[in-house]
Formats: sequence, structure tokens, C-alpha cells
Amino acid sequence: MSSTNITKVTSHISHNESLIFERSQPGRIGYRLPPLDVDELPLGEIIPPQFQRDDDLEGVPEVSEVDVIRHFTRISTWNYSIDLGMYPLGSCTMKYNSRLNEKVARIAGFANLHPLANEEDSQGALQVIYELQHHLAEITGLPGVSLQPAAGAHGEMTGVMIIRAFIDARDSEGASAKRRTMLIPDSAHGTNPASAHLSGFSVKTIRSTTEGFTDLEHLRELCSKGDVAGLMLTNPNTLGLFEKNIKEICQIVHDAGGLVYMDGANMNALVGIARPGDMGVDVIHLNLHKTFSTPHGGGGPGCGPCCCTKELEPFLPVPRVIKAESDAGVAGYKFNYDQPQSIGRVKAFYGNYGMMLRALSYIQTHGHDGLREATEAAVLNARYIAHALVSDYDKPFKADPMHEVVFTDKRQSRKGAHTLDIAKRLIDYGFHPPTIYFPLIVSGAMLIEPTESVGHQELDQFIDAMRSIAREAIENPELVLNAPHSTRIGRLDEAAAARKPVLRWKPRAKADAA
Amino acid sequence: MRYIPNSSAERAEMLKQIGLDSAAELFRSIPEELLLQRQLDTPAALSEIELLAGFERMAARNSAAYRSSFLGAGVYEHYIPTIVDHLISRSEFFTAYTPYQPEISQGTLQVIFEFQTLVCQLTGMEVANASMYDGSTALAEAVLMAERVTRRSKVIACGAVHPEYLEVVRTYVQHAGIDFEHLDFDPATGQATTELGSALDDKTAAIVVQSPNFFGCIEDVTALAEKAHAVGALLIVAVTEAASLALLKTPGAAGADIVIAEGQSFGVPLSFGGPYVGLFATREKYARQIPGRLVGEAFDKQGRRGFVLTLATREQHIRREKATSNICTNEGLIALAATIYLETMGKRGLQEVAQQCAQKAAYAARCISQLEGFSLPFSAPRFNEFVVRSPVPAGELLKGLAAKHKINGGLALSRYFKDRPNDFLVCVTELNSRAEIDTLIEALATR
Amino acid sequence: MANVPEDLHYSKDHEWVRVEGNIATIGITDYAQNSLGDVVYVEVSKAGDELAANESFGSVESVKAVSELFTPVSGVVTEQNEALQDAPESVNTDPYGTGWMIRVKMSSAGEVDSLLTAAEYEDFTKEETE
Repeated sequence: MSSTNITKVTSHISHNESLIFERSQPGRIGYRLPPLDVDELPLGEIIPPQFQRDDDLEGVPEVSEVDVIRHFTRISTWNYSIDLGMYPLGSCTMKYNSRLNEKVARIAGFANLHPLANEEDSQGALQVIYELQHHLAEITGLPGVSLQPAAGAHGEMTGVMIIRAFIDARDSEGASAKRRTMLIPDSAHGTNPASAHLSGFSVKTIRSTTEGFTDLEHLRELCSKGDVAGLMLTNPNTLGLFEKNIKEICQIVHDAGGLVYMDGANMNALVGIARPGDMGVDVIHLNLHKTFSTPHGGGGPGCGPCCCTKELEPFLPVPRVIKAESDAGVAGYKFNYDQPQSIGRVKAFYGNYGMMLRALSYIQTHGHDGLREATEAAVLNARYIAHALVSDYDKPFKADPMHEVVFTDKRQSRKGAHTLDIAKRLIDYGFHPPTIYFPLIVSGAMLIEPTESVGHQELDQFIDAMRSIAREAIENPELVLNAPHSTRIGRLDEAAAARKPVLRWKPRAKADAA
Repeated sequence: MRYIPNSSAERAEMLKQIGLDSAAELFRSIPEELLLQRQLDTPAALSEIELLAGFERMAARNSAAYRSSFLGAGVYEHYIPTIVDHLISRSEFFTAYTPYQPEISQGTLQVIFEFQTLVCQLTGMEVANASMYDGSTALAEAVLMAERVTRRSKVIACGAVHPEYLEVVRTYVQHAGIDFEHLDFDPATGQATTELGSALDDKTAAIVVQSPNFFGCIEDVTALAEKAHAVGALLIVAVTEAASLALLKTPGAAGADIVIAEGQSFGVPLSFGGPYVGLFATREKYARQIPGRLVGEAFDKQGRRGFVLTLATREQHIRREKATSNICTNEGLIALAATIYLETMGKRGLQEVAQQCAQKAAYAARCISQLEGFSLPFSAPRFNEFVVRSPVPAGELLKGLAAKHKINGGLALSRYFKDRPNDFLVCVTELNSRAEIDTLIEALATR
Repeated sequence: MANVPEDLHYSKDHEWVRVEGNIATIGITDYAQNSLGDVVYVEVSKAGDELAANESFGSVESVKAVSELFTPVSGVVTEQNEALQDAPESVNTDPYGTGWMIRVKMSSAGEVDSLLTAAEYEDFTKEETE
């Protein structure tokens, strides 16, 4: 492997910037509206005084447009971002967010379209939904698709509620009431049990084997009780390993009368290579903000489409978008509310539409061959890191990883440098740290997902940085323990923040009095 | 593929370095029978030029997007300062993840802290979270929270709450053991009745009211808060037109315990229904029951101020099935847009927007009510929306306005209320000029 | 090495019990606070609550973890440590003193006899660490 003489990042220009409330000066103005052009009534004649607020919007800032620009531009420079460099957060798929997709989402005919406009006046918007549904069905091998869920966890809730509705419809009341257990591996995302709970299920945890796979024996044992409604499984799992027994796993659950839900957070390892529908999965959610590159925006918005088998399709949220002929015989798109078995609506209107535009643009930009190429490149990058770092870090599972790989701090922690310290030190080398301390079943986990959006020089730099930190952890642990050294602020006292939470700014006098 | 840095030659070299001969070997851990043995049946790759032309063609078929519009009903067209889109397009904001590493996420964290503060100031509440998906899911989460706080299982929604919000709440609570009731509005005033009678009892966890309500009527929130508190229940106030918060008595001052709002009015384009942003605020004593993320102030060893995600033990990644919600990804970037909007408009701008909305809507309502055959069925005071009763079925009337006058004249209420064929909901904002309003009036007069 | 006072009784869930007459004072051990990290919040049963042995009496939170608390003895809660609301860090700094959590009027005094002695608890934590 080529060594690239990595140098540590030095700190560079950074401005101090207060909270906007501290910048505010009475009388500053950042806007201008056209003057009121209708006859003005005394406000009290429109809205009785007892319904009006009387605090003159106390505390709301008064700043100029320049203040706003400088404020946000300055604080923006305190963020790390994909455009700056590799962002290898495992399970988060931080890939390039194309500017073209941003342009598409801002086309006036989409951006200015009201969701309650008539169907016939919104045909282009409906076509986008219809086509994206169609493509996601092909990619997952699951024909029923709803784009309504707003994020991954929302898609999970939708999928699990669909399982529940299906079982309630299939079994007699007494029998379905006994099927209220959702099986979830101990390596799962926390959203899985939380979503299962929202759908009225109790959770039983399945053990993972020492090789990092679902424990089939334990699964069989849990399935033998007759109370299992389903299994929520991530594949590749959160250790980055493909569940090679997936068909058998689905068979065991199906034989026990349950259904299989797949958490699609890791679909970036599979697009164009293998399809959940072909594995026996009944329902899945996708994260358009991971696999299909819609920007994560510092915490959202996402979009969590739910894809399912033909059998489960009647239970999807309403409205569905379908292709139909009008009375005049013209083909068009319409909303279908006539789904008596539907779990209901999970969000007002139709979902995070702007994300659907971006995802469709992603699929069209890549084409079928580009989608497969992206998957291959993502898995190759992860495998390259796995291969390179095994000499310096403990890799707890032998199997070849897919799009992400887990290492631990086992070797470094002997000298006192733990995963958190390694992560913080990585910041000094100019990289965003990987996902840390997840999955929970691996002590000191570092879950690294490079995605396809990293070239080999940057991968080599990352590898060199990780090796350099491994050396520092032995030779100069203090350096690692006190990292980061190059950022505006050091490690924050999170315990003090949680003990006496300050969750909003208050004017000085008020803050003192409180 | 131009988004993939490594060329195929580079990838071949990397494969060789890790001891593989081909990309196909990367997938050896997948059983062969599961490998897709064909190409995906999705479109072939398009160039930027072809792709944009295709989307422009589809966009052109959205004729409603190119008309002057009086559509509201939970989604509002307001002025959006140019700098909002410019600033949210900075890659430091839009290509960052959830701020898990505070040392390199202070930009996002400070934005959220300002957002939480602004939400508190606007709603008159004490704590607010970092955002929910939208107003409808925020209301559902508020109902679930009321059950947790009170350990009671009945929730009563009063009057004209947005019908799609009610549907979402019903979906969310269907397996939560919550008895969700809905009491109809007073057909004369359009408001919720404050005489709740036997529906309200000591099993009631919360009363839900929307103000301004779905018909634009301002509700007597204070009276409902007193009713709720008298039996130990919470009052949940829903706001779909957040611009009203700058003018109307705050839900907090009126006695609300939880306030949720749709924040779309704050600098967010219509975008056919999303992404928007849900606002969620409550009393300080309930901070540990709040769903979603919270950002708090913190200090480093040198005493420098920063911000961190805090009280995380409420959340799914720690408390799993016992979490206060399953939410993880929220609406960060849209919360940023709302923050930039609120700070740019500032105190005076928000007040002026709200006043112009109220004045223009009052003008439009006054003129329409004087038209032959048209009337306003509800008597309650309103903010920027009102219901009009037409002499003919509203759906046909509005289609005619679109075809002949290129106006989206409002929402036919028959979409949600089958027994109101002639009623439609008109929304007027600061963006509707007097000329547009007069064109609407003229079009109705000469239908 | 974690501090394990001789005069207390211990549970396998890492609670300690100090018996004075028929009143049991309960908290979590030094070993437990150490593995939990900085304690930021403690929520426990109120005076008057009736608890059965091994029942949950609340939870203790660090920045990134929540642990449920289990009472080793049955009885009625007579007092909760109000000071922990303002100073939850006492659980870290003084787990056997100011970091105590609840006092219980025991309904079945014999229960303490089935708990671990200091020596037994020390052995137990050694096993857990390995």
C-alpha cells in the first residue's frame, strides 16, 4: 500500500460568532415587504385584543441582512461536511450529494406546487412519485411501494404496522392477539425496537454468534413459542456482514407464522447486486438520504420509503399513487384512497417530496450500470480499509465485510486510549470519525463506511492517519487522550450539560433571575 | 460514473492489492442463488442535459404551480428572502450529518440551539426540541407524550383540526392503547365548543385544539386550557399556520402544556407537501418526556462555550423500546431554513407579515361576502383563512377559476367534508397583491 | 480497585443496603457508579410507594446510558434522597454516603440475609470483570 506522508491538519482561520440573540440591536432590519395595499382596519376589529399577543415578540432578534449572512457563514465553517472530505460514519452512507439533484428539486414547477392542488394540475409531480416507486420496486424486488414515510425510523414504523395489520387480518382475533412479539438482533439500530414498541409489539432480542451472524439456534428457539409476529433484520447487518443464511432465516420466521422486515439502512451494499425480495424479505424501508444520496442536512430531512410484497400491498399507507385512465380515456396519474385495509396515513400529504425528486435524479444519473458500479466501488473501498487496518487494529469478525467494517480499540485501550480518543484524534488529521460505540455488542466499536465517494489517495491518507494514531496511542497516549487539538473548542463537558440542561438562550436579566 | 472518484483502472489495482481478481469476487459472501444475474430494469444513465430537460417537461405539467394562488389549508405561500436558499445551500450545512462529534459540528449545533430558542419565543413555551418530521407527526408525538406524562389513556380533539393531522394521529395511536375521540365544531362559529360535557373526565390525558383552526377561525385556547387543567389533563395546541404566532396570543400564555406547529410558513417552499418541519415545545418540567433531539449549552476545559446533543437517554439509540419516540433523522436542514427566515425577518418582519396576512384576508373576506349568492358561514374571528359558501358546487367553481382566470381560488371543502359541497377555504397571505385579490373577487362575481 | 465497605449488604444488580433497625438505606456500589460513568440524573420511587424485593425503584442515567435500579428488599419507601436532584454527581463522588438513593421500611427483615456480603460481592465483581 502506498504511503502518502500524511500531515496533521493545522488550525486555520476561524471567527468568533455569538448567538444571534447576542448580536441583535433594536431597530436593525433585514427585510422589506411591499406596503400594505388594501384598506387597513384597526387590528382590534379583525382580531379581538384578548386573542392578540402583547409581548412585542420579546427576545426575537433584530438584525440586518449582512448580520444574517455573516452569522451563518461563520458558524457554517465550524462544521465538517462531505464536500470537505471523507465522512466514514458507519451505517450512515455519507456519499456525495450531487448539485444536479439540488437543481432538480428547485425547479419552479415542483418547488411552487401546493400539495392540495388538483390531480390534473399536478400530473408531473405525480409522475415523479410513480416512476420512483417503480424503480424502487425493481431495486428491492418488492413491488408494493409507499414513499410517504419521512425518514428511516418512520419507514420502520410503517413496515411494522403493516406486519401487524396483515397478521390481524389473517388470523382470528384471539390468535393474532397472541402474536405480539417482534424479534430483533442484539446488533440492531435502536430505532428498530422503538418502532416495534410504537406498533404495540414486545421485543425479544436474538443473539449474534461469535462470527457476527444471527444465531439460528436462538432464532429457532424464539420462533417455537407461537407468539412471533416478525423479525426485524438489517442486511448486511450492522457489523457490515451479509447474513449468508438469510433465506433460511426468512424460512424459519415464515414457518413460525411471522413476517420478515428488513432495515434497509445498508442497501448501499446491495443495489444492483442482490434484492431483498429474492431473499424472502416481506417488507423493507429504504433511506433515500443514505443509499440514494439525498443530503443529510445536519440531521435531515430524510425519506424512508416502504417496499413490500404483493401480499402486503393492501396495507400500505394511503393515498397510493397509481396510473389510471381518465374518463376521457387519457392515461394519467392519480391518488387512490380506496384501500380499506390500509394502516392509515403516516404523514400529512405525500411524504418528503423534495427528497423523491433528488432520488429519482440520482437513479437517472447513474443508470442501471452506474448503480451497480457505485455498489461495487463502495464495497471495494470498505474492503480496502479492512485489509489495510487489520495490522494495527483489532478486527473482531473474520468474515469479509461488505460496505462497512468494524474495528475495536482492544489493542490501543491497553495503554488507555479508547475508541472515543481515537475518534477525536482522527479529527486532528482532517477526517470525520467513524461511527463509534455502535453496534452495542462490540466493545469499543469503530464502524467505518467510506462509501463509493472516496478516491484511493484519500483512502490511503485515512489509513495512514489511523495507523499513525495507533502508534501514538502506544508512544504518546496523552496526545490521543487530549485530542482534538486543532478545533475551535475542545471536548465539551457533556455530563455538566445534562445535569443542568440549558436548552435555550434567555436575556441576561432573565437568565440571572432564573 | 462521474460521482465515483476511482477509475476502473484504479479499482482494478485496488482489487489486486487485496488479493481479488474481479469486482464480482467482492460479493462472494452472498449465496450465488441470491445474486441478481441480470441488469436492473431501471433507465440507462442520462447526461445532465437530458435529465434536466426531462424534469422540466414533468414540471411543466404541474400547471397549478404557475398560477396565483389562494390555497392554504396547512401549507402556506409566504415571502422567502433570497438568502435563505443561499445559506442552506452552503455545503457545510447541507452535506453534514447529525452533529454526533460536537468539536466539528458547532455550526449545526448552534443553529439548533437558536432554533429551539426561537420556537420557545414564538410559542411562549419553555423548551423546544430540534424538530419533528412535520406538524402532523408532531401532533401524534404530542398525544403519545401526554399519555406518558399523565398515565391516562383518553385524548379528545376538539373542533376543526386539520383532517390529515387527525388521520396521522389515529395511525400512530392505534396500537398505543389510547382512546382518541374527536368532538365536532360549532357549525355557527366554526370554533370548537368549550362545553365538553361528559367527554372530559379524570381519564382524559389531553385536549387537542388547533388555532387558527382548519377553517381559519381563532379558538378560545385559554378557555380550553382551563377545562383541561380542571381535570388534570394537558392542553395540546396545534398550529398549522405558524405565521399567526407573531400576532396571536401565544399558546403558552393561554395555558398550553404542549405546542406543536408546522413550520413550513417560515421560509420553506411548498414542494408538493414536503419536506417541512415540525415544531415541538413544552414546559420545562416535561423536558425528559420530550421526543426527538435536544441541544444544550456546554463548556470545554478552557471554559469556551459550545453546544452538544443532550438528554440523549430519552432517545432510541440508548433506551431502545422504552424511548420517548423512535425518531432519529429529523428535519435539520429545514429547521435551519426556518431559523434563517426568522432571524432575517426579525421581530418587525414577522409582525408585519402577520398583520398584512390578517388585513388582506379581512379585505378579501369582506369583498367576497358582499357578492351576490356568496356568504361566510362561520362567525368566529380569523387570521388569514376563511370559509366561503358559494351558490354552486365549489369544486366546479374552482376548476372554472383555474381554467378561465389562471387562479387557484382555494380548497373545495368537499375533499374532507362530504356534507359541505358548496364551501371552500380561501387563504390570503402577504404575497397576494390587491390586484390578485380583486381578480379573484371579479372572477367569483362573473363565474 | 472499587471500594466495598464491610458493613453493608450487596445485590448482584450492584445495589448496596445499609440496615439500621428496620430501615434499609439503598444506593448503588462504587463498582456500579464507576462502570456507569458520570451520573447526570437519578429518578427514584417516592415516599409511600410500596416495593417488592427485586422490583424496579427507578433509574440512574449517565450521559449515554440508563440503568434500572432494583430494590434488594421489600417494604415501603420512607424517604428519597432529594439532594440528588441538584447534585446527581454525589452518586459518583460518594456512592455510600451522600449518594444514597432511598430509605425503605422493611417488611421482611430476613431478606437481607440472602444478600451478598462484602467479600462475596467483591468476588462477584471480579468474575464479572473477567
